[in-house]
Amino acid sequence: MPDPFAWLGDLIAYSLFGLSQDSAMGSALQFFVMDVAKIFALLVIIIYLMGLLRALVSPERVREFVRGRPDWQARGMAVGLGAVTPFCSCSSVPLFIGFVEAGIPLGVTFSFLIASPMINEVAAVLLIGILGWKLALLYIGAGLIVAWFGGIIMQRFKPERWVEDYVWKIQMGALAIQRPDTSLLGRHRFAVAEVKEILRRIWKWVFIGIGVGALFHGFVPEQWVVDNLGDGQWLAVPGAVLIGIPLYSNATGVIPVAEAMLGKGVAVGTVLALMMSIAALSVPEMLILRKVIRWQALALFAGVLGVSFVLVGWSFNLIA
Amino acid sequence: MKQIKVLGSGCRNCEVTAKVISQAAAEAGVEIELDKVTDIGEIMGYGVMSTPGVVIDGVVVHSGGVPGPDLAREWVRGSTDGAS
Repeated sequence: MPDPFAWLGDLIAYSLFGLSQDSAMGSALQFFVMDVAKIFALLVIIIYLMGLLRALVSPERVREFVRGRPDWQARGMAVGLGAVTPFCSCSSVPLFIGFVEAGIPLGVTFSFLIASPMINEVAAVLLIGILGWKLALLYIGAGLIVAWFGGIIMQRFKPERWVEDYVWKIQMGALAIQRPDTSLLGRHRFAVAEVKEILRRIWKWVFIGIGVGALFHGFVPEQWVVDNLGDGQWLAVPGAVLIGIPLYSNATGVIPVAEAMLGKGVAVGTVLALMMSIAALSVPEMLILRKVIRWQALALFAGVLGVSFVLVGWSFNLIA
Repeated sequence: MKQIKVLGSGCRNCEVTAKVISQAAAEAGVEIELDKVTDIGEIMGYGVMSTPGVVIDGVVVHSGGVPGPDLAREWVRGSTDGAS
């Protein structure tokens, strides 16, 4: 299948810069150009269409959907809606407080906090476009399962005792949900604003991700990867998770890294574990959440997620 | 004079939002009183969960992102309704 993005990459790296196809620099540049073009084109199209359909759900609406439901229903909705809510870590404090104030169990809130940064429609479409639908389904399925059980496990430890006192005292005003302008022009305007807003927020991560992916693609020798990160390398999975925990990137930004790693033969489970731990856990996110919960709860949160990602990685390496 | 408040606990997007609004006001030649609300209790009191949010004369007109310049222009000019 002719791929216009690969063609563009070939053109710039090999024809324009005159680099050899076999050189590390050449293949890194080809990868970089191809992925920048492909990912940004896909991003603009997907976000615009989502905006047009108003498919992105705000946290305020999630709170209204979830509140007052029995536990399993609330969790199902939190996980499902978390997957379709674009998430900005700067909103996690008000979101946490809003959920607590609505009487939503903390375990459900944690399920939402796990699902939201890891899975979203934009990342899902990109995953299908770049890594194929099988890997997309694996990633999404594993993410939903981790979010579901991660929240349940958190609940077992009674995290209520670690919530900062002031959180319980906040009274939330009547919800300000604005009525959207549903005319075609209104939708178009909203969609354009959404594209600008989301791109402004994530472009850095995407560039960094593509850069890392390109370096990996060009400079890391395949034999080394097979020897150290291939199937059967059990320690590679916890290693990947440990590396990913402090690192942060948007879920979109990890996709090109995964693309390059899979291309070199890194085991699927190892790649999935790394992707999840980069997208879901990070030091900045923890520091933000520290405003509402004490460090014991944060350590537990990191521990539960870390262990889940390792299990996900191992099981996929076994099945694959 | 319009009282405009930007709700947000100091993230970058909140700074950008405040700048967009003050710029729109300067361009339109309208004097406004612009406050940044960073206290989380007060922000939640307005019923806003996704920051940055914008409050004009006590009414929440926007939440969950940096508003576009045309939206900000509408706000400083006057029509508080119709802002989506």
